[in-house]
Parts: sequence; C-alpha cells; structure tokens
Amino acid sequence: MSTSSAFNDEKGGSSSVGEPEYGHDPASGGIFSSDYKRHDDLKEMLDSNKDSLKLEAMKRIVAMIARGKNASDLFPAVVKNVACKNIEVKKLVYVYLVRYAEEQQDLALLSISTFQRGLKDPNQLIRASALRVLSSIRVTIIVPIMMLAIKEAASDMSPYVRKTAAHAIPKLYSLDPEQKDQLIEVIEKLLADKTTLVAGSVVMAFEEVCPERIDLIHKNYRKLCNLLIDVEEWGQVVIINMLTRYARTQFLNPNINESLLEEGGGGDKKFYASDEDEDEDEEKDKKAEAVTMAKRKPYVMDPDHRLLLRNTKPLLQSRNAAVVMAVAQLYFHLAPKAEVGVIAKALVRLLRSHSEVQYVVLQNVATMTIKRRGMFEPYLKSFYIRSTDPTQIKILKLEVLTNLANETNISTILREFQTYIKSMDKDFVAATIQAIGRCATNIGEVRDTCLNGLVQLLSNRDELVVAESVVVIKKLLQMQPEKHSDIIKHMAKLTDNIQVPMARASILWLIGEYCEHVPKIAPDVLRKMAKSFTNEEDIVKLQIINLAAKLYLTNSKQTKLLTQYVLNLAKYDQNYDIRDRARFIRQLIVPTEKSGALSKYAKKLFLALKPAPVLESPFKDRDHFQLGSLSHLLNAKAGGYQELPDWPEAAPDPSVRNVEVFALLERVTTLTSVPEWTKCSSREKRKEKKVEKPFYSDSEGESGATESADSESDSASGSESGSEDSRSGSESDESKEASESEEEEEEDLKTKKNKEKPLKKPVQESESEQSSEEEVRKPERKSKQSKSDSESESESESESESSESESEDSEDSEPELKKKKKGAPSKPAFKATKKDNKKEKKEMSLLDLDDFEPAPSPQVTPVNSFLSNSLVTDLEGLSLSDSALMPATIAPSSALKSYELLHRITGEGLSVEYCFSRQPFITDANMVAVQVHFTNNSTSDTKSLHMEDVKLQSGMRVKEFPEIELLPAGETATAVMGIDFCDSTQTANFQLCTHTRKFFVSIQPPVGELMRPFFMTENEFKKEQGQLMGMNEITEKLILDVKCRNEHAIVQKVTTAANLSRVPCGSDKECSTPPPPPKYPVYRFAGRTVTSSSLVLVTVATKDQGAAQLTVNCEKMVIGTMLVKDILLALTQ
Amino acid sequence: MIHSLFLINASGDIFLEKHWKSVVSRSVCDYFFEAQERASEPENVPPVIPTPHHYLISVLRHRIYFVAVIQSEVPPLFVIEFLHRVVDTFQDYFGVCTEAAIKDNVVVVYELLEEMLDNGFPLATESNILKELIKPPTILRTMVNTITGLLMLLPLRHSPLRTRNPRLLDDVSFHPCVRFKRWEAERILSFIPPDGNFRLLSYHVSSQNLVAIPVYVKHNITFREGSSQGRFDLTLGPKQTMGKVVESVLVSSQLPRGVLNANLNPSQGTYTFDPVTKLLSWDVGKINPQKLPSLKGTMSLQAGASKPDENPTFNIQFKIQQMAISGLKVNRLDMYGEKYKPFKGIKYMTKAGKFQVRT
Repeated sequence: MSTSSAFNDEKGGSSSVGEPEYGHDPASGGIFSSDYKRHDDLKEMLDSNKDSLKLEAMKRIVAMIARGKNASDLFPAVVKNVACKNIEVKKLVYVYLVRYAEEQQDLALLSISTFQRGLKDPNQLIRASALRVLSSIRVTIIVPIMMLAIKEAASDMSPYVRKTAAHAIPKLYSLDPEQKDQLIEVIEKLLADKTTLVAGSVVMAFEEVCPERIDLIHKNYRKLCNLLIDVEEWGQVVIINMLTRYARTQFLNPNINESLLEEGGGGDKKFYASDEDEDEDEEKDKKAEAVTMAKRKPYVMDPDHRLLLRNTKPLLQSRNAAVVMAVAQLYFHLAPKAEVGVIAKALVRLLRSHSEVQYVVLQNVATMTIKRRGMFEPYLKSFYIRSTDPTQIKILKLEVLTNLANETNISTILREFQTYIKSMDKDFVAATIQAIGRCATNIGEVRDTCLNGLVQLLSNRDELVVAESVVVIKKLLQMQPEKHSDIIKHMAKLTDNIQVPMARASILWLIGEYCEHVPKIAPDVLRKMAKSFTNEEDIVKLQIINLAAKLYLTNSKQTKLLTQYVLNLAKYDQNYDIRDRARFIRQLIVPTEKSGALSKYAKKLFLALKPAPVLESPFKDRDHFQLGSLSHLLNAKAGGYQELPDWPEAAPDPSVRNVEVFALLERVTTLTSVPEWTKCSSREKRKEKKVEKPFYSDSEGESGATESADSESDSASGSESGSEDSRSGSESDESKEASESEEEEEEDLKTKKNKEKPLKKPVQESESEQSSEEEVRKPERKSKQSKSDSESESESESESESSESESEDSEDSEPELKKKKKGAPSKPAFKATKKDNKKEKKEMSLLDLDDFEPAPSPQVTPVNSFLSNSLVTDLEGLSLSDSALMPATIAPSSALKSYELLHRITGEGLSVEYCFSRQPFITDANMVAVQVHFTNNSTSDTKSLHMEDVKLQSGMRVKEFPEIELLPAGETATAVMGIDFCDSTQTANFQLCTHTRKFFVSIQPPVGELMRPFFMTENEFKKEQGQLMGMNEITEKLILDVKCRNEHAIVQKVTTAANLSRVPCGSDKECSTPPPPPKYPVYRFAGRTVTSSSLVLVTVATKDQGAAQLTVNCEKMVIGTMLVKDILLALTQ
Repeated sequence: MIHSLFLINASGDIFLEKHWKSVVSRSVCDYFFEAQERASEPENVPPVIPTPHHYLISVLRHRIYFVAVIQSEVPPLFVIEFLHRVVDTFQDYFGVCTEAAIKDNVVVVYELLEEMLDNGFPLATESNILKELIKPPTILRTMVNTITGLLMLLPLRHSPLRTRNPRLLDDVSFHPCVRFKRWEAERILSFIPPDGNFRLLSYHVSSQNLVAIPVYVKHNITFREGSSQGRFDLTLGPKQTMGKVVESVLVSSQLPRGVLNANLNPSQGTYTFDPVTKLLSWDVGKINPQKLPSLKGTMSLQAGASKPDENPTFNIQFKIQQMAISGLKVNRLDMYGEKYKPFKGIKYMTKAGKFQVRT
C-alpha cells in the first residue's frame, strides 16, 4: 500500500499532464506509519507551482476541516499560499486560515501583510474580503491593525466595505473588549450611514458592543424607521428588536389610560370588535372616547412612536418568519391595544410553515393569548390539531386552545378535545385531559360537563388515560366536593384496578379528605390498602397513612385498629420518610398522657379546608421577557439578553431625535443672494457647506448634538433618511404626522378639510423608491403636488404643503415653484422683524451695564443683523407657515446663535428659544447669561411661565428667570436667566412650566460660551502663554478655508466660535512706527472662563498657502481640547 | 449570533461541522443526542435545547438535523429561518439535500456557508447573489449558466401584476422584492424580479370565502367487538372541479395498532400496508367521476384484543391542473424598462397541502 501511495506522490510531484489520481479520503494519509510523514502528499502539492494541484490539495484540506479532522500541521504549507493569484485557491486558503489562525498565532502573522495590501486594493470586493479575513483571525497581537483597518473601512466609499467594517466590529470586540470606546466611535459614525446595506449590520454591532448606549440612536431613529423596509431581512429583525427597546425608553405607554380601566380578561371583547377595521375615522372616534373617559391628561402619541408602528406594519407580510415575529412582538409591546390585532393574522400564517417555526410561534402565541385572548379568537380553528403534527406542536396548540376557551366557544373546543382523546399518541392524550381540567376550572358553566366526561374516561382501557383523569378529577373535585360524592365512590372502586401510583395516591387523598361524604366506603378502602400496604409505592404509602389518620380522627370506632396496624407497618418501612411520618402521626393523633397540646388540634390540622388548586397556564406572565426572544422561549434569561424596560413615567425630551435640515438652509442661501450673508456667522456658514457633502462626517454629527434644532424650520419635518428621494418622501410624511398630532391637540383650530387629505397621502409619499422607478413615479407625484398646491392657495399655507414643496424643490425640477415660495412668506416676515428689532433694543437698554466694557473686535459687531434676521424669519416662514404671520421671535443679533429649547409642536403652541447673549449676568458674575425668548403660537393665553425642578450636575447653579405672568396668544417675551456651568459643557435640565403643562427642557452650552473676553497686550499674552505650556497647550495644524484667509475673516470666525477678545498685535511697540505687516501674521485672542476665571489663550499663526497652526493654552485641559475642535471647525469650513 | 453548525444524520453521526467564531467542540452535540433519545419520534426533538454554556437550535429536513450552536440571546426564529434558508440553498445547488450530496460537494458547501454567514450574522442568503459568488457544481452548472444568461436582463425590469378580486386574499406574504406600499395602496404587485425561480407571494383565503374542497371521502370502517375481523370501505369522489381532473391522488393513513393485516381490493391504483408501522398507503391516480375509485376489504385484528377505540385519519394528496381552487386569477402582467417583448404565461394548479379527513 505504501508503495502505491509513494507512486502517487511521485506522480503528483512530477506529472505535467492532467490531474493525478488521489485517494478521495484525505485520511488515507493515515496509511503512513509515522505521524511525521502525515499529509506529506498535500504539503508537496501545496508547494508545487501548479494552481490545479494547489486547488486540489486545498479542497482535500477543506474536506478534512469540514469533517472535523485536524489539519493544523499543514498550517505553514497553507499560509504560504495566502498571496496566491488563483482566486479559488485563495478563497480556500482564507477558509483554512480563519479556522486555524487562533491555534498558530505566530505563523498567522505571516499572512497579515497580504491583507493589509488587500485593504488598499481599488476593487471594493477585495478590500471587503481582506477586511473580513483579517478581522476573523483571532490573534490578539493584531488588534491595533484591525482597529485601524476598521476605522478606515468605516469611511470607505463603497457601502459594501462599510458593511464589512460593521461586521468586523463585534469580532474585534470579542477579541479585545478594551477597544470598546474606540469601537463605539466607529459605530456612531456608521449609524449615521444612510445606506440600507449598512444599517442592519451596524445595528447588529451596536447590539453586541454597546446596547446600553441608547443615546446613539436618537439622531438616527427616524432614518432607521424610514430605511427599514428596504433593509435586508436579517437586518430588519435586528433593527426592529432594537427599536422596540428604544421605544420603551422614549415614549409613553399608549395604553396608559386603558390599563387603569382594565379588568383582567373581561375587557378584551370590546377591543377585538374593532381590530379588523383600520379606519382612521374610527380610530379618531376611539381616541376621543378614550380622552373623555380618562380623567387624566389625554394621551397623545409621539409622532415618532407612530412612525415606528406605521413603518413596521407592512413587514408583517414578509416571507421571513423572523421578520414577522419581530414586528409582532413590536406591536405587542408598543402598540395601542386597539391596533395589536393586526399581528394575529400574520402569526397564524406562520403556523403553515416548518414545524420548528410553528414551535416558536406557538410559544409566543401562547403567551399573547393570556393577555390578549380576543386577538386570536377568530383564528381558533387554525389551532386545531392534525394527527400528523409532532407531539410538541400538539401540546402547544392545546395550550393555545385552552387559553382561548371561553363561554361561547367552549362547546366547540370540548368537542374537538373529545376527538383528541382517541389519539394514539398517549402523551398528547394526557395533555388533552389536563387541558380539559383547566377549561373546567376556568369556565364554571362547563365544569359539570367536563367532570362527567372525565369520569367516563375512568373506564377507559388505557391505564394512562385513567390515571391522568384521576389526577385531574381530584383537582376539580376540590372545588365542590359535596356535590360529587358519587364520583368519589366511583373512584374508590378504581383502587382495585388502577396501578399508576400517582392516580392511586390521588384517589386515597380524595377519600381521606372527603371521608365524611363517603362514610361507609372510606373504612373499607383503608382495609384494602392496609392489606396491600407493603407492596405499594412510596407516594401511595404516604397517602395510606394520611387516609388512616384522617379516618381515625373522624371515625375512630371503626378504624382504630386498622390505623394502628397501618402505623405499625409503616414504623418498620424501609423508607425513612415513611417511618418518620408514621411516628409523627402517631404522636399527633393517638392521645396519651404525654401527648402535648397539639393533639387537641389534630382534627383541625388534618382536615382543614384546603384551597382548590389553581390550574394555571405555564405561559402566564412570560411576557416580561421580550417576545420572540430566546429568553422568552426558555423562560429563563439567556446570556446577553437585554431587559425590555418599563415605559417611562414621563416622556423624555423628544427633540433629541430632531435632525437639522440642511437642504432647507441651502436653498435660502442661494435664493437670498445677500452678499453679507457670507460674513454672517461662522456657524451658519458651516452649515451651508455641509449640504454639499454627501455624508456627514463624524465631527459634524457630534456638533449636531449640541446644536440640535438650530434652524427655525419645523423640526418634525426635518428628519432625513436614505437616498435623496426617500428623504423627500419622509419629510412630507413627517410633517403630516406633525400636523396630525396637532389636530388632536387643537382640534377646534384646524380646518377639517385639511385633515382628510394628508391622511391618505403618507402611504405613497413616504414610499422610498428606487431610482429605476423614478421615472414612472414622477408624473404621479407631480399631479399630487399640484393638487396640494391649489389647496394651499385657497387656505392659508398648511404645513404639509410647505414641506412638501420643499421635497419638490430638492429635486431641483421646479424653479418656478421655488420662487413663488420665496416670495410669499418672506414679506410679512420682514415686517415682523422690524417690529421685533425695536422691541429688542428697548430690552437691551434695560440691561445696560456700566461695570463692563466689552472689548469686541469691530469685526464681530454684526453689520448685517437686519438682513440675517429677516433670513431667520424667512426660514420660519417656510416651515411654520401659520405662525409666520404672527410676530416671530428672533435672535437679537445675528452673531448670536439661537438654540431651540422647546419646539412649537411639543410645547403645544409655546415655542422657546435661547441664546447666549454674551453679556455678563448682573446678579452673579460667575454665571453665563442665557437669554430666553418665548413665543406663544397658540390661540389661548399662556399664564405663569416659570422654571421648576432644576436638575444640575454637582457644582452647577442656576438663577431662574422671573416668572412671566401672562403671555397672550401670539405674543412674545424675553427673559434672562443665569447659569453657572462650572466651566463644563454639562447640560442644565429643568422643567418649563405653564399654568397647564410642564416640559422637560435642557440647555447645553457650546464651549465657546463658557468664557468672557479679557483684554491684554501682546506682551502679557506671551508671558501668560509661557506659563501655560506642556499639558495645558494644545496645537493643531490646519488648512484654512479659502474664504477665510484674510485677517477679517479669521478674527470673525474665532470670535464667533468663542467669546474671546482679540489681542491687539504689536501694541507693545506703540511708540515706534508701525512695522510693515508681516507676511504671515499671527492672531491672538484672550479670555477667561466664567466660573474659575482661568485664562484662555488662542493663537492662530498663518503660514504659506493657507496653512496655519492653531494653539490653545488653557489651564482647563478639557475646555482647551473642546475649544480647539470648535475653532478648527470654524476655520476650516 | 450563530457560532457553529453541525450536520447530523439519522444514525447520529456528525458528518459536517463549520465554525464562524472560535471552535466549539463537537461534544456539545451530546446534549442534542440526549434530547434525541428522549424524543419518541425524530420530529419531536425540541428545536431549542439549552446546555450549560450554549444553546442548540436545530431544524430537521430530509432526515438531517442542522444544529446551530448559539452562545447568547438571539431570536430563535432568526436562527431557524436561517437554517431553513441553508437547506433551500443546498437544494437549489445540488438538486437534493441529502447526506451524500453534501459530502460529495463538501467544498462548495463550505464556501456557501462561508458566504452566508459572517461572524455568525447572515451576509448573503439570496440564491442569485450566491450563484454569482460560488458556482454550482458541474452537472448543474452548464444548465444554470444558460438560464442565468437568459435572465441576465431581467433585473432592470419592473413588473406590476394586477390580481383580480384582491378582497379574496385574506392574508398575503411577499418576497422582499415586492413593494409593500404599492400593494397596500393600489393592490398592484409591483416588483423587480430576482434571477431564477422564486416565490413572489403566498396567500391565504379567508374562511369567509368558503372554498369548496374538491374531493370528498365516503368511508365505512368498523371493528366489531369480539371478532378478529374489521371492515374497511373507502370511496373517493370529485366535487366542484369545473370539469378539471383530480389527479395524483394519494391516500395514506395510520391504522390502529390492533390491526395485524389488511386484505383490501382497490378498484384502481395500488395499495400497500406495512404491518410493522401500520401505515396504509393507496396510490389512486386520477379520479374518474363516472367510476369512483374505492378500496374495500377486511382487516384482520389481533385475536382476543378488544376493538380499537380510535378510527384512523386519512391524509389525502391530490393535484388539479389549470385551476386555482381559491378563485385567484392574475389579471395582467405589465413590464417596464425592457425593450424586448417577453413571453408571458400563467399556469394555475391546485395542490393539496395538509389535508386530513377524520373518520
């Protein structure tokens, strides 16, 4: 044999024609006697320079791996081929490498450089596969390399590579959990990705690495909702499960009012009646009804909550059972009771799938039927059992049928059960008998019928059936024993035949317990049992002792001797439990001189009234686990299970999900063509830039979090998502949602006409279309557009209309419309601005301060305040069409950026903004002055506006603004409050209260507002700077934006980003003639932090071709770092 | 998510293993074998088995257990659905999904599994994408190549399909290529078909639209007390088939344990009775309305045993060509974005699913 294989070897090595014949079984290597020579043939093939030989060898090796055979000794030979040109060979080498790299770490390192090269390949597939393999090699040494690769791939052009990066994140995390923080950064970045390809994978990574960081989801929530339908199936499951958890933390319980009225299972009927009908009208009626019913404050569903429900619903029709289940559990946990019904049909459909699918679905249905029985009642017949169903399915179906049983359907169900009892599957029959017992306990009307049926089963030929019946009857009889003495008699007779210990024990217990109902038979039974005592099973013996004791207490005349006899037998039993019991009982019941006080109570002890057992479903209360989860199925917490949180008492701030609308700003900037605009404010300018970029970079996303609802545009309409096309859809969708919810609040205000139209549209508009369909869709959309346009002309501009026109504009197809839009709302806005400006000035004079001489550089002073103000109102006019006619609130100066504190929608008409006025706060010099503007957009007056319940980080202080007694409808007001932020960007959270409502709001300062200008000379500056070196100095190189390479621009940018004053250059040489301006000037700025008066020194040194170096010296390193970031951003964009 | 996969055949051999993360020893399958022993029937092995360190989630198809090893929380249906997708893919690639087919194509199987999961999370599960990445084995390859060549143009097109009387459809589920919203709004199926065969939609007809079952069964099966003989009489007939022939009729039944043998006489077709498993199977063929097929005769029972208390249940399979018993009709098929004129055709067929008659 060895010769023949040696021959093969030779041939393999030298043959140049055709493929050599090899034994198919790679284990044939085993024919060599020594291990040393094992796999030599394979090694030789791998070393050859023929791809076909290599491929053959690799195929055989992979076959070995597949069979679980050890092929690790081939590692050196295989790893050499990692750079093989042949793609087939390469693929298999990768398979091998991933399998064995962990065992051969050092050798595996040899392959790393190949993958690093692959990461730079122009072909996206090669980049992706390189990253995939690299991240699958579980070798700790390469963690830094993996990290780098992941970071790079996360910003790759190709979404496929980015998807692979998302996949790699959990791999690296499991290899080295220390990398968590860095990985979270990558996750955050990828979460902002707008392609459906990435969405599922990154959420999966999120769930594995940082499921607790729910805050990362806020900004992406609406996008995820809108992308969901186009994500691949597996990603859908992960996203839906995650969003279920998210929603539980962010929204209010939609059933909060009902849960007060709920009375167990009885209330189900009413809700079922309407679950088929999805009519919006009816829904509204119901809502109104609920509102009037509940004396508590009316529940209004958050539009984002509604968005989730609406966008997941179509997925109930997915072919993928896991997706359907995910949506079903989402609805079960999140939807208003009246809407949950839709999931029943879909779940019932899954019952026609594979038996494993049925198994899981039935478990979940069983849990659901306990809480929401009515939902599945119409599908009762779908749970009927086929004789071919596997037993485990049969038992689950029985469970569901039992849960569904009620007075009306019980006769049908019992008839069905009757046929099941005839089944040949005895386990199933036993379960059916148990089920009948449960029906009997739950439904009083059929108790006697069931009992009779079960008694008939006592004469069944199958002993198991009889035994099971006895056990169930025992439980039933405990409910009304007096009525059923004949049944007890009947069962007493069974002791002659029935052998199943449990059944015998049950009968004996019954007779003992109710011996007074069968006074003649009971002693006779004891007599028979005494006879057979020694041959009984232990549980039966124990019950014989019990029976004896009970009879002795009630009928000692007849049974005294028998009891003595039984107790004596038991005294010498082999089982010590029985011996103990006998001794104990003897002491208790037989009166002796020594017997204690207890024996007086023996009768009470033994014959106390025992409560009837409650026959409960094993699925009761299982819904505290998230349905569809592994933990729910096992009814035990599985590793990595994320608890489903309880609904919050009060909804957290919904504005965290707001996303800025960049497109809107862009349009305005292009339209207004005001030259000063470019100078206006660095922040706004930054934004202008942003729109041109297809994707938001990481840092922007971060700054977005603090800037939040920067623009005046309706934040609800501002969600962005996916492709451009789908964004336009969702935008209009959103705004409709907003208008809808508004209608609920101010029903009298809104016209009813408006109501009907938007209701129908979202379905089509929000549909995210693929580009191929674009052509077909456009005409349709246009016609719809024109419809809504005409509508808008007749009425005052409705919200849905305005935002819809935006979506239209964004396609850049209707320039006319654009102009029209611009013309209409801006005019009244202009007037409003003028009026407002006057007001503002007056208020400013009140704040006139003498002890402070601000040292603003002239550049900062806004020359363009009027124009930019009008722009702000312009924006407002576009999105908040109604309120634009009212006097709008604006920032006092364009240089100061306003932030939204309370949105008009969430504030129920009250909108609040704030800005950092950069004036010192009069009462406390350590506080930052925050100017707050209130606008009452509603039709009713708002009274007693004040702050309450201020929640601060330690050390922070707040000086509340004085209460505003009355804010009439349509009016605005301004107030100033002071906040001591303790030189940190922590948020100040508090409640804004009106006479009717409370709103949770928060203020978070940009780092630049935490300081005030400080005047110093260049010399002083340099001296101070010299003392703030080392850790206190942060330097960054940058390339200045083309537009800000002159002095004017740079100074303006810096002073807008941070409240600093410019250090006059060369002021130390006042006397001498001014030197010629240096070629590369250096700009210096100085300030002190508000609380601790720490110096903040900023230096911008320009260099050749727009290069520059930014230096910040500050004692407070955190402030320094953040400031560098902000200024860097201001200067580069 | 999915850590490892083990394929186990009917005799309890692990014949393939694949790991997506660190290797999990195959000894973990011992817990599966224990559960298998406890189960009376192969299909009664619980799909989810907890073990001290892992969870085993399995599906049984073609007498092969596909056992996935899970380490932490994951929706069980997610894994089950994925495993079924794996089986479907194997079937698609090798024509059958048997132990022999998997062993013969072990390299392709391995490559497929590698592509379908990355780190335990599904990556590519669509057959058309997979076929671009991994070629099916040689015999099928040539065939598939020509077919895909033909269909290569299809991804561009977009076809709305109108169905008549959508009210009829009580419940539908779709292939992901269908645009859900269009269906909801206009009851038009608009989709871009993927390559190859695929199931566009499945529907369920509500019980309100009573669909007449096209076959009826007349039976008379009696066991007499004390006698060792039982009478067996079964007749099938068509019902409301609009002149279409009911064909490929197959009746099977599990007879009571007391039946020793059956001596029956079919008017057409052939029947078999396995005295060990007590499985009766009658291959009827077509039902001729003029001459109804019947199966009559006697059963011999265990002597002295009392009569069985249950009557057998009959599983009936059948097909009807050119008719959709649900009344579903495809109204029209439009195609957009393609210049060529396609051949359109529709073929209706009714096939019994799980149809049981209790006696």
